[in-house]
Amino acid sequence: MTATQETSTEPAREIGRDRRRKEDQRLITGRTRWTDNITLPGMLHMAMVRSPFAHATITAIDTTEAAAAPNVVAVYTGKDLDESAGVLINAWPITPDQVTPAHPPLPTDRVSFAGEVVAVVVARSAAEARDAAELVDVDYEELPAALDLKEAAADTVLAHPDLGTNKSALWVFDSQEAGTGGDVEEAIAKARESGVVVEREFRQQRLIPAFMEPRSVVVDPTGEQMTMWSATQIPHIVRFALAATTGVPESKIRVIAPDVGGGFGGKLQVTPEEWMAWWVARQLMKPVKYTETRSESLMAAHHGRDQWQKITLAAEKDGTVTGLKVELLADLGSHVAIVGGGVPVLGAFMFNSIYKFPAYHFACQTVLTNKAWTDAYRGAGRPEATFAIERIMDELALELGREPLELREQNWIRHDEFPFTTVAGLEYDSGNYEEATRKAKESFGYDALRAEQQQRRESGDPVQLGIGISTFTEMCGLAPSRVLGSLDYGAGGWEHASVRMLATGKVEIVTGASAHGQGHETAFSQIVADRLGVPFEDVEVLHGDTQIASKGLDTYGSRSLVVGGEALVKATDKVIEKAKPIAAHLLEADVSDIEFSAGRFSVKGTDQGLAMAEVALATFAAHNLPDGVEPSLDSDATYDPINFNYPHGTHLCAMEVDTETGQVKMRKYTCVDDIGNVINPLIVAGQMHGGLAQGIAQALFEEAVYDDAGTLVSASFVDYLVPTAADLISFDVGHNSTPSLTNTLGTKGVGEAGTIASTPAVVNAVLDAIRQFGVTDITMPCTPERVWRAIQDGTAGAKDPTTGAAAAHFDPATDGAGQSNIADGTEGAGQ
Amino acid sequence: MAESKTTITVSVNGTEHTCQVAPRTLLVDLIRDDLRLTGTHIGCEEGICGACTVTVDGELVKSCLFLAVQADGKDVTTVEGLTPKCGTSRLQESFRGNFALQCGFCTSGMVVAADALLRENPDPSEQEIKEHLVGNLCRCTGYLSIIDAVRAAANQEVTS
Repeated sequence: MTATQETSTEPAREIGRDRRRKEDQRLITGRTRWTDNITLPGMLHMAMVRSPFAHATITAIDTTEAAAAPNVVAVYTGKDLDESAGVLINAWPITPDQVTPAHPPLPTDRVSFAGEVVAVVVARSAAEARDAAELVDVDYEELPAALDLKEAAADTVLAHPDLGTNKSALWVFDSQEAGTGGDVEEAIAKARESGVVVEREFRQQRLIPAFMEPRSVVVDPTGEQMTMWSATQIPHIVRFALAATTGVPESKIRVIAPDVGGGFGGKLQVTPEEWMAWWVARQLMKPVKYTETRSESLMAAHHGRDQWQKITLAAEKDGTVTGLKVELLADLGSHVAIVGGGVPVLGAFMFNSIYKFPAYHFACQTVLTNKAWTDAYRGAGRPEATFAIERIMDELALELGREPLELREQNWIRHDEFPFTTVAGLEYDSGNYEEATRKAKESFGYDALRAEQQQRRESGDPVQLGIGISTFTEMCGLAPSRVLGSLDYGAGGWEHASVRMLATGKVEIVTGASAHGQGHETAFSQIVADRLGVPFEDVEVLHGDTQIASKGLDTYGSRSLVVGGEALVKATDKVIEKAKPIAAHLLEADVSDIEFSAGRFSVKGTDQGLAMAEVALATFAAHNLPDGVEPSLDSDATYDPINFNYPHGTHLCAMEVDTETGQVKMRKYTCVDDIGNVINPLIVAGQMHGGLAQGIAQALFEEAVYDDAGTLVSASFVDYLVPTAADLISFDVGHNSTPSLTNTLGTKGVGEAGTIASTPAVVNAVLDAIRQFGVTDITMPCTPERVWRAIQDGTAGAKDPTTGAAAAHFDPATDGAGQSNIADGTEGAGQ
Repeated sequence: MAESKTTITVSVNGTEHTCQVAPRTLLVDLIRDDLRLTGTHIGCEEGICGACTVTVDGELVKSCLFLAVQADGKDVTTVEGLTPKCGTSRLQESFRGNFALQCGFCTSGMVVAADALLRENPDPSEQEIKEHLVGNLCRCTGYLSIIDAVRAAANQEVTS
């Protein structure tokens, strides 16, 4: 065979093709299986009785009337539960002395947030269960509630009086102690004398993941294995946690995540609702179902973000950064959720971002309050870090009167400096910040927009233009197990895959990743089709059921492709290695002479060969195999990543601000991201667009708001502003690719990039438009009212236009000479 | 004590059904629980998210805010009714072609809402599409691809 012929028989490469998704035929026609669609014979329905109080003693619960209501089968309260109800686990105690409240599925004597379940009603229909839930009479004695994060951190009011403190854990990283950098205090002291110190405090508001499919759970206790269907991102972890806490052997538990309607971290949880469904089904030995209402979802499914961030940046007068100190308060809510305490720790390695800080100190105090518990929300720790660093780089530029992009470039890791070990101790494998920025500036029309901005300022246009920058990076592909172990996380970060060669040449692949909208079936089929040289259509992807995908660590942290995909590559390669001796035997050749290419095993230097399907069939028949070779090509692989990977990008945002009304309008949004090699550009574009929408929504629209009594006021989609089609513009999404060196496919994660990068770009842009009025910060979300007030107060010369935020957190009297008075911040960036 | 029931006759996707429903039964519950047409989803039960969007006598309706008894004598169409016996409709195909869905939970409602728009206005502007779809939330896509899907189904050039 000549080289030319080989090329002509090479099938079109699947990797890199914009394949339409395999998943979509069912989804566009409504032929789906959401958990709430499942109906089983004799199935009962549960409804939850929830606390209206943020903090109260339960003095009595009278269930008599509810129990007597039509078709009610049972009513349970916390006192009815026994050990077999299990507990809700915290898988990541971030310090050995972390203060962790007990977390049974139902409390017995005290509620600690508004929305906590206090009783469960079981009836023959969902409507009857809900009706009867209204009849459960709970007497409460209200207790003072710990609601404000800073006050809670001072232990003014205790969220759990029995614990004696609200302070859960203090997690510290210091570059000098770790040996990864210098002493940040020394850097700050030096900068106070001869450089510049910028000190700001930023607020990360509380957000709600707000997946579209409400959480739902069905438990069937009638088989040898008890089965739970749950709208979850983590069927394998749920199975483990049920076994670990309820006493049911893991081998008797099957957890299925059927079609799952979005998660964004919000379905990375073990929930009271799941645990109660499990326990109630075992009590009654009948199938039970629970589906939450939207209000219940917004109130009691975990929330995200919620931090105060004190940032101190030291630099030389020429703009070279010399130190970064980060002090966080992170609101855990009422309990330490499954990875709740760990979320800010995931950000700990990212505040230094792409910049070459020689000294770094990070300290995070996690704090218990009487609000819904917090945990992962798209980006988990990294959006918080990116926001803070990208905001303060703009502040540094302002202090020094520098162009903010040039200042960033002065400090970032140059493309010829990779691999680069950061001050946080991570080794960044690849990237090219210069090129991504160059492409983004060009596509954005950066210089023209700066000129227009200048012109609008000079003419006193009521509509001012601002340009915001975010040159971000993130760590994704969670995670090397050894790293997780060193951080006291309770599990590993590997992923598992199996490849089954069927007799007819079709291929089943099994992945431990559990998709909920990501398109794994399509992307994984593309990878295997290329690797095995089989048609895309011949590959079937199985997942989300612990009976089929027996091993796995599920989907979160942009890990499915970079960890799960790599496991798949390794399993596929094992199939080829197993097939080679069989092919050699059938071809009567030596195994060392067998080559595999484009789905065909051939004998070097001859035209003899066999297709993968032929070898699969011969293996199935097993009539003529070499001695001692098992009649199977099926292979498994479990892959533990050696490093994270580090997508990055340059995001540029232009915002128009109507200075008379405070209305903000997005004019242009350009991003050039580097996510390494792309398996399916269509899926990547979808992840980018959706991710951007969520990050922009944090900047402009969304906030979980509690009133003074601790009631969530934004407990409906009327009040919690998920953006609509009319709220967003067309994004200009581009790519620059430097393949990752930490996996075979050269891919980097993409699921969280847009969300992580976009929030500071938008806020920086809004600020850039109105800094000229003395505004130094705007608390997110930047609503028209907040923007208008900031302009008014700034114009009036108020020192701190938005309460609490952006204030220098040191006493001005003791400030060093390097710090200018931010109240006089009349210099706009780029002027 | 069982609730009193009312007999209604409703045509769903061209098939006439005579059903006994409680006065408070929502149309979406009739569709999903009694008729087992589970392509229509419940996302918020307060008329905001649009996952339950159907048409009643051709008009768009949030079936979570519509009583089953109100549909008595009327024609209801769900996503199943917009799906040809074999394959998919032009609009559905356009949703797939433009990757206008990720998790797919909002998709049925989006398809029903977009189909109603194109019946009324076969050549909608981008702004008209956006305004028409404000009653349907999607958390995954950022909407651009959905708008493209509707434009492509209307034979318009798409932006991405």
